[in-house]
Amino acid sequence: MRLPHGILAVLSLATVLGLTACGTSADTSEAADADQSLTVFAAASLQSTFTELGEQYEATHPGTTVTFSFAGSSDLATQLMAGAPADVFASADTLTMDRVAAEELIDGQPEPFATNTLTIGVPQGNPAGITSFEDLSDPGTRVVLCAPQVPCGAAAATAQEAAGITVNAVSEEASVTDTLGKIRSGEADAGLVYVTDVLAAGDSVEGIAFPEAMDALTTYPVAAVAGGNSEHAQGFIDLVTSPVGQQLLTDAGFGAP
Amino acid sequence: MSTTTRAIRHEIPRWVFVLAAGGALFVTLPLVAMIAQVNWSQFVQLITSESSVAALGLSLRTSAIATVLCVVFGVPMALVLARTDFPGQQILRALVLLPLVLPPVVGGIALLYTFGRQGLVGSSLEVLGVSIAFSTTAVVIAQTFVALPFLVLSLEGAIRSAGSRYEAVAATLGARPGTVLRRITLPLVLPGLISGMVLSFARALGEFGATLTFAGSLQGITRTLPLEIYLQREADPDAAVALSLVLVVVAVLVVGLAHRSRPQSGGAQ
Amino acid sequence: MSLTADVQVAARSLAVQLTVEEGETVAVLGPNGAGKSTLLAVLAGLLRPDGGSATLDDTTLFAEGIWLPPYARGVSLLAQEPLLFPHLSVLDNVAFGPRSQGASREESRAEALRWLGEVEATEFADRRPSELSGGQAQRVAVARALATHPRLLLLDEPMAALDIAVTPAMRRTLKRVLAGRSAIIVTHSVLDALMLADRTIIIQAGRVVEAGPTRDVLERPRSAFGASLAGLNLVSGTSTTGGLVTGDGLRLSAIAEESLPDGQEAAAVFSPRAVSVFVVEPSGSPRNVLPVVVSDLEQRGRLVSVRAGHLSAEITAAAAADLDLVPGMKVFFVVKSTEVALYAG
Repeated sequence: MRLPHGILAVLSLATVLGLTACGTSADTSEAADADQSLTVFAAASLQSTFTELGEQYEATHPGTTVTFSFAGSSDLATQLMAGAPADVFASADTLTMDRVAAEELIDGQPEPFATNTLTIGVPQGNPAGITSFEDLSDPGTRVVLCAPQVPCGAAAATAQEAAGITVNAVSEEASVTDTLGKIRSGEADAGLVYVTDVLAAGDSVEGIAFPEAMDALTTYPVAAVAGGNSEHAQGFIDLVTSPVGQQLLTDAGFGAP
Repeated sequence: MSTTTRAIRHEIPRWVFVLAAGGALFVTLPLVAMIAQVNWSQFVQLITSESSVAALGLSLRTSAIATVLCVVFGVPMALVLARTDFPGQQILRALVLLPLVLPPVVGGIALLYTFGRQGLVGSSLEVLGVSIAFSTTAVVIAQTFVALPFLVLSLEGAIRSAGSRYEAVAATLGARPGTVLRRITLPLVLPGLISGMVLSFARALGEFGATLTFAGSLQGITRTLPLEIYLQREADPDAAVALSLVLVVVAVLVVGLAHRSRPQSGGAQ
Repeated sequence: MSLTADVQVAARSLAVQLTVEEGETVAVLGPNGAGKSTLLAVLAGLLRPDGGSATLDDTTLFAEGIWLPPYARGVSLLAQEPLLFPHLSVLDNVAFGPRSQGASREESRAEALRWLGEVEATEFADRRPSELSGGQAQRVAVARALATHPRLLLLDEPMAALDIAVTPAMRRTLKRVLAGRSAIIVTHSVLDALMLADRTIIIQAGRVVEAGPTRDVLERPRSAFGASLAGLNLVSGTSTTGGLVTGDGLRLSAIAEESLPDGQEAAAVFSPRAVSVFVVEPSGSPRNVLPVVVSDLEQRGRLVSVRAGHLSAEITAAAAADLDLVPGMKVFFVVKSTEVALYAG
């Protein structure tokens, strides 16, 4: 069985073009359904509450499909700037939201809808016997923080400043998930993570609240994305800030804005 | 015996070139796209920052140590796999080569449960006062774990294709097995060993997932170049792109130099 | 240095007994797959036999429960291909054996140079094996095999891979170095056996089917393979200018493979098909005329084999009928000089 190479060349070219065409047609079909669908980009820590809110929204708006993309806020911001189609963006910090807003990718003003607080996370059973924030500055204690470049690390730095102590971290992780992982596995004696992370981690991580955390509150803003489905976007934002949404967020450990 | 005749190259169908060009484009285009993103005006500043230099230095250091460890353990492993025959050898080979196909994160988790504080080996070491977690040692362990199969694989192939005829001759000339290994086997498979070392080094240099999961991330101690890129990507995308380019250049240099210095294989047929 | 061996390899159905006396070279002939190379591999220690035993002088090479590794045997093996180590210079190739046996670098190199001289390859000392021709490389391989002072030298078709043009020089080299040395040479060539070996054994299907002094085995073959080898006529004598003189004073002119000094032991070899049979002695032409008595006639298809002692001629049945040949008849075997090859014997 032999195909003349002319035909094969055309075939391979067609494949390449076909791939491009597929991408375009997918975009148009999405645009056609735009009024019936809602895409929400939300910080990873919002996964459980937002998933539930999405189901509620679909129930009260029959025919509407809510799609979520949960990831680190920075990743989502990068995707938005690269033109990813979204209707709502909920960030885990104001800095990232400001970055997106500066690119004029946001409709109107971002609305704060929740806060998150740092807490000391320790592995189950607290093997190192941590009781206070000061214990973290003990040189024998293995503490894992987020790197100062990322929001949870910035908050950790603020808390240290407020408490007037210096924590010598054995590792500065790039995301709060990585920090939590090191605590959960018992590699670290303690770490600074969010209250919501500890709650989500269940029994494997215990939280120890400390007063200076209040100086390092993280505010979560939400906003409609420019060029998106503004009607449903506003509807979802309203649900998040409604008493129902706020109750769900409080249950997950978030504070009021 | 060594009459070299220039053979007429067998002609390749034209459509093969078309697909080959497509494949080449597919591989190189992302590289070009990345280079296009580099902020050249701040490039030097970005890659000479304290954290960047620390990360590059750490990466080169740990990768070099990991490569040495790969040679120390990989050469004997390749020899045993290539030159012996025992029940279960196929299974052993598959297990040894597993890190090759394992997602690095899985490797990291496995290492965690081995060398971590509460791990199989780590807990005993901890009792002895040796702590691997969050140390440069952990980085080297993660890199060696993922890089070792590359050395074993390429060296085993080289040993097999070299055959054992020269070794047999050497033995009849009175050379003990140790002498045969040192003076015949290893020199004969040197090209395979070098390419295995280059692959291992490159793999160690690029190792990210297992290190992230297992070793942690602290400047100068455990934050290798890929981890630095991962972190900068969050905070300073320009720096991330600049460092990515540095990593690409280092990798190209290593592979290129090794290829140039590769000795010509002798008259072995 | 004498070898007594009983080699059994079940997988190859090999069961061969042989001995090599002090200073004796034994040729092993036989069809492909007869087990010749397997025999050498077992003696060299590269293959474990299933049974039997071998003793070299007072050293047991192998026996029930004993197996001496190759490096401890003092047995060198020269294969069909030179197998020079490609990463070592010619000198270091030859020095490899002495060095491995514990000699210093200088001693090994001196020894290597001596053996390179022995095989007339000193000029190649600094070359890489890839820069040598096949014949040169095989000479170096000979030097390498000898530099270890082996108690037994094994040669596995050492000339099979060489160009015809360099074979005579190689054979001469081997003849020189094999003199007074215990050796076994596996070969397909009757001439190799004739020139190099004192005794010959023929192996067929893993068994020794003939053994004895080389000339006896080739002149009076008892096995089919021996007969096929011995299809050639062989006349031995001493060399003279342009030919050879037999013990009976009969002169044969021949083409020498290489120039031989007068008075040396030599053998003239020619095919039965090159022989014409005459009833009356022919004259005039520069041909070799051998007066013989027909001992036997055998029809083989359209050809008749005329045997006269250990010589034979092959002529057409028609010619045989014309000549009216019968056993006991005095005839003349005539063969052209160009059909006769002369070898040092």
